[in-house]
Amino acid sequence: MSDPRPGRRLLTASTGHDGALLEVDDFRTHFDTPDGLVKAVDGVTFSLERGKTLGIVGESGSGKTVLARSIMGLLIGKNVIRSGSATYNGDELVGAGKSQLRALWGTEMAMVFQDPMTSLNPVMKVGRQITEGLRYHLDLPKGEANEQAMQLLDSVGIPDAKRRITQYPHELSGGMRQRVTIAIALACGPKLLFADEPTTALDVTVQAQILNLLNQQQRERHMAMVLVTHDLGVVAGRTDEIAVMYAGQIVEKAPTHSLFANVRMPYTEALLKSIPKLEQPSHTRLQIIGGRPPDLIHPPPGCRFAPRCPYAQPKCHTEPPPLQEAETPGHLYRCWFPVGTDAGREALAKNLAHHVPAAEAAVTGDPVMAAKVELADVPGGGV
Amino acid sequence: MAGTGTAHLRDTPDVLLRIEDLTVEFHTSAGVVHAVSGISLDVREGETLGLVGESGCGKSTTGRAIMQLPAPTSGRVLFEGTDLAAIEGQRLREVRTRLQFIFQDPISSLNPRRKVKDIVAEPLRIWKRGTEQERKDRVREVLDAVGLDPDVASEKRPHQFSGGQCQRISIARSLVLDPKLVICDEPVSALDVSVQAQILNLLEDMKARYGLTLIFIAHDLAVVKNISDRVAVMYLGKICEVGNPDDLYATPAHPYTAALLRSIPVPDPTVAPVQSGLLQGDLPSPIDPPAGCRFRTRCPLAQERCAVEEPQIRAVADDHYVACHFPLVGDTAPSAAAPVAASTAAP
Repeated sequence: MSDPRPGRRLLTASTGHDGALLEVDDFRTHFDTPDGLVKAVDGVTFSLERGKTLGIVGESGSGKTVLARSIMGLLIGKNVIRSGSATYNGDELVGAGKSQLRALWGTEMAMVFQDPMTSLNPVMKVGRQITEGLRYHLDLPKGEANEQAMQLLDSVGIPDAKRRITQYPHELSGGMRQRVTIAIALACGPKLLFADEPTTALDVTVQAQILNLLNQQQRERHMAMVLVTHDLGVVAGRTDEIAVMYAGQIVEKAPTHSLFANVRMPYTEALLKSIPKLEQPSHTRLQIIGGRPPDLIHPPPGCRFAPRCPYAQPKCHTEPPPLQEAETPGHLYRCWFPVGTDAGREALAKNLAHHVPAAEAAVTGDPVMAAKVELADVPGGGV
Repeated sequence: MAGTGTAHLRDTPDVLLRIEDLTVEFHTSAGVVHAVSGISLDVREGETLGLVGESGCGKSTTGRAIMQLPAPTSGRVLFEGTDLAAIEGQRLREVRTRLQFIFQDPISSLNPRRKVKDIVAEPLRIWKRGTEQERKDRVREVLDAVGLDPDVASEKRPHQFSGGQCQRISIARSLVLDPKLVICDEPVSALDVSVQAQILNLLEDMKARYGLTLIFIAHDLAVVKNISDRVAVMYLGKICEVGNPDDLYATPAHPYTAALLRSIPVPDPTVAPVQSGLLQGDLPSPIDPPAGCRFRTRCPLAQERCAVEEPQIRAVADDHYVACHFPLVGDTAPSAAAPVAASTAAP
């Protein structure tokens, strides 16, 4: 949309950059729709180094997928408004032209999509889908590209590669197809891999295989990886850092161990407590989050989680909390009354004493109370 | 007989539903799909039976076959003593009012052009239950029970609600005829985690309030454990293991159950993801399922016997049954020489 900001380098042969591989600063992606401006990603900042994995966790509509696609420059259309900055190896991506981005796609950054059936071309043989990138980006001759495609299939755990490259996607199982999309993404040796819900469409036993494969490839190739998912279980054991997104913003970001050990953001806490866990006995009452995520055209003026938050105080509804640092270095959260602090405990006790629905739903797990939170934040809904 | 045994069936008077040797086959141009092959199950009154397994294991087909949607190829479905597979027409429809179904996708299972009050009242109208006023009162009552304000929700249409609210409407609709048994087919898989917990708790509350019996079908093992009193694990149209959830999850007896449990990513960074003992390969085709034990082609413990002889369900502990020649618990449990088995038997 806009020209690269003054003072930032245009995309050139990028060598000798010594910052992080990917630096995202106050990055925004808004969609201009007939109903208003949808603020899908609204001021996201993070950086990622080579060899590291960042997990981005959030529910539907939190902006996690838009964030990944928008950084890569995959969102096109006149109604997409990107602002802020995202630099790859020092080169600005916001405002970069198509040909500049094309030079990066495949060889520098690549993406694995959620649904392997729709991200593969159904009428093109698997082999050609892999060699397409090799021939276009790396200018390999046909024979060599074929050779490499077979090696790639082998490395992603598809046996009998020679036969597989002559097959069409519908001849493969879901897990195989996702292995093929991973092979395509890895074909030109990217240094940054976005994996957008790579296992959501797969069965749990296949999911484990695919996640292990991604981890193994990342280690071998020393790639940076952004793993986007709604499943806290998926990111817990496989990332160095996690960013939790809610309504277009990062609400908590921390090294993985710190996030799980010292949750500060009430949203993260609520998510963790609402998931049924294998080690809990059967019929354990789940804690619940009342209501639903806010409208991204008119997000709440204060904290975006406030209408559903068991800790919310009047201040939360009017003043948006900034990202602030916890005691652990690198642990950031966006909350006035954080979990695990005296302020947070007092706020929750106060809400319980006043029978605030969001607090009662969280503590008792009462689904009827949770629905009241929902109706309360629908304009004109009322309880 | 293709059955995998009936040792796990109970003979108490409070058994509400009993499925015997249920088989569902679909004829396609590629051959006969053996979706469900001779399974037997029962549900006691007030109990929640969890049916769990991966895609293609036949769990949804089983749920639908109970409702006779479509009727099974063979086998009996005894509901309150009546074999549903043997009756049809008006008699079947009448019995079916006492069985209800909740579907996975809450939005597409509601008619988008109708108002919520009409959607929920439709079963009452079809069966001409009560007077107009009584029907209205009943609709208000169930809407209120599922946490929707009748004054606000009644006049709206499904698109004005979120996925979680639509699932509440579906639940209200299924409750309005006062059923005995509700079959829930993946009722929370289309929902976000924060909404999933609301619906799970709501189902538990509705079960207590209306004295329901539930069959809960899902692929998520943790969700199934949370809501169930008894769990049946399915694989490729067969039952692998049946038991009390706390037992079954702590000491899985079937190698497939153990592999499933190992595959689940744990939301705890101090637990390293499992790299070994994961299932390899893909589900075999249900058109030509493996002879003997259907899991043997992917089973780390498979022996020659598994290829020739189909394992019958038998007890390995109190209320814990398994269909396996070499179960991980019980007298014949493999010794420490089998590393995969040892690591699952004592996690």
